[in-house]
Amino acid sequence: MLLTIDLAFVLEKLILIVIVVMSSLLIAMYATFGERKVAAIMQDRRGPNRAGPFGLLQPVADGMKLFFKEEIIPNFSSKFLFILGPCLAMLTAMMTGAVIPWGDKVHFFGRDISLQIADVNIGILYVFGVVSLGVYGIMIGSWASNNKFSLMGGLRAASQIISYELAMGIALIALLMVTGTLSLKTMVGFQMDGYWNIFKQPLGFLIFLICVFAECNRTPFDLPEAENELIGGYHTEYSSMKLGFYLFAEYINMFISSSVMVSLFFGGYDIPFVNDAHLVESIGVNWVALLHTFSFLFKAAFFLFLFMWVRWTIPRFRYDQLMNLGWKVLIPLSLFNMLVTGALVLLQQNNWHF
Amino acid sequence: MHNFKPWAAIEITSMQSLTNRAKAVDRRPMSLLERAYLPAIFKGMAITFGHMFKKRPTINYPEVTRPFSPVFRGLHVLNRDEEGRENCTACGLCAVACPAEAITMEAAERQKGEEHLYREEKYAAKYEINMLRCIFCGLCEEACPKDAIYLSETFAPANFQRKGFIYGKDDLLIPHPINEKEAYDKARGGRVTIKQA
Repeated sequence: MLLTIDLAFVLEKLILIVIVVMSSLLIAMYATFGERKVAAIMQDRRGPNRAGPFGLLQPVADGMKLFFKEEIIPNFSSKFLFILGPCLAMLTAMMTGAVIPWGDKVHFFGRDISLQIADVNIGILYVFGVVSLGVYGIMIGSWASNNKFSLMGGLRAASQIISYELAMGIALIALLMVTGTLSLKTMVGFQMDGYWNIFKQPLGFLIFLICVFAECNRTPFDLPEAENELIGGYHTEYSSMKLGFYLFAEYINMFISSSVMVSLFFGGYDIPFVNDAHLVESIGVNWVALLHTFSFLFKAAFFLFLFMWVRWTIPRFRYDQLMNLGWKVLIPLSLFNMLVTGALVLLQQNNWHF
Repeated sequence: MHNFKPWAAIEITSMQSLTNRAKAVDRRPMSLLERAYLPAIFKGMAITFGHMFKKRPTINYPEVTRPFSPVFRGLHVLNRDEEGRENCTACGLCAVACPAEAITMEAAERQKGEEHLYREEKYAAKYEINMLRCIFCGLCEEACPKDAIYLSETFAPANFQRKGFIYGKDDLLIPHPINEKEAYDKARGGRVTIKQA
C-alpha cells in the first residue's frame, strides 16, 4: 500500500520539525545578539554586556521589550493585510528549513532517522519558490500600511528581489549542470565523495553570494529599509511584536540562506579531510551525525558572520547602482558562467573531444 | 594709475591657494579593477576585521573605574582624628572661603562627657554643603586650619530631588576609624591623611 501511514514515521518527522523550528528561532535570536556584538567589536566598542553573563540574555530582554510595547495598527490601514504581512514573512522564513539536510542520519530504537525533514527531489526549486514568496510578506505589509515611505520600501524590496533572483537562478543552473541533481541531499552526497562545489563553481558561488545578500535585504542592498531615506522602509508603521516578526524573519532568512549556501557550495554537513566510513566504524552513527551537524552549523555560523562583517563594512548602494549591478553585471556574468560551464560539461561527457 | 586693475589681484590670489592642503578631486573614470568593487570591498573587510583585535577604549564603568589623579576633587569628607573625634570646630573659615557660598554651619559648645565625640570645646552642630552650588574648587580644604574638611575621590551621585543634594553631617562625616575601620579606610581612600594636631 502506498498510503499506509507509518505512525512512528509521522512522529519522528514531527519531532524533527519541532527541533528545526526551535533551533532556527534560537539561532535567529542569538544572531541578533551576534549582530550587535560584531558591530560593536568592529567599531572598537564593547556591545551589549549588561543582561546576564557576557550579555547573553540580551536577546531575551529585546524580545520581552517588543512583546510589552504598545501594538499600533493605523486606522487607515487595511487591518487584515497589515497583520498578514509579518505572519507571511515569518512563515516563509521558517518553511525553507524543511528541505535542508542538517545531517546524514541517526539510529534510534532500531530505526534510521534521516536528519532532513523532507528529502524532496526538487529541493532547491522548493527553496527558490518559498524564498520568492517571502517578498509577499514585505509587499503586503508595506502596502497595507497605507504610507508612502512603506510603499516605497515595499516597491524597492519587490524590484530588488525579483532582479536578483534572476541572476541567482542562472548561477544555480550552472551548478545544477555540474551536479545533475536538484535534491539537496544528493548534492551534499556528491560533495562528500568528491570536491566541494565551490571549487567547481567559484564564479557561480560569488554571484550566488551577492544575490543572497540582496535577497535577504542585507547591507549593501538594504534599500527597502534604508532608515535615512525611508524612515524605516516597509516596516515604518509596524510596532511591537509585528515589527519583531519582520526583524526576526530577516535573521531566520539569513540563517536559512547560509544553510542553503553551505549545502550547495560548501559540502553541507561534510567534515573536510575526514573519511566518514572509518569514523562511523569507530564511534557509531549517532555521534558521527552529531559531528556532521556541528560541522554544518559551524559553516553556517561562518556565513552568518560574513553577513554581519559585510554589513558593518560596506555602505549602502544607490538605487540605480543596485539595478545596474543586478541587470548589467550579474546577469551577463551568470549567463557567461552558465555558458562556460555548459561547454565544459559537454566536453567532459564527450571525454574531452570536440 | 588708470592701469590699476583690482580684479587682477583678486584673480591671482584666487588661483593660488592660501594653504597647500587643498587636494584636487580625481575625476578620472574608474578602471576595470575599481569598477569590479570587489578588491576595494575586500580591503575594507580586512580593515574591519583588523579592528576586532584592537584594544577597546571603553571602561566597564561600575565594575572598573578609571584611576583618579592625586589632585582630584570629589565630594567632601568631614574628618575625624585617630580616636574618632570630629576635627571641625565650626570656625566658619571654609564658609568664608567658599566662592559659591555652598557651606553653612551652626556652632555648638561641647558639653561635659562629649570629649570622645569632639576634639575641641566648640563643634559644628549642623554642617551643610549644597552640592548643587559647590564648584569643587577645594578652597574650603585649603582654608581649614584643623584638617577637618577634605575633598575625596567620590564624585556627586545622582538624586531624585534637589533637597537630596544638600549634604548634612551624616552624609559628610567620615566613618569612625576604630568602630568602622573598613568603611573608614575606604572613605579615606589613598590620599586623606590625618596630621597630628
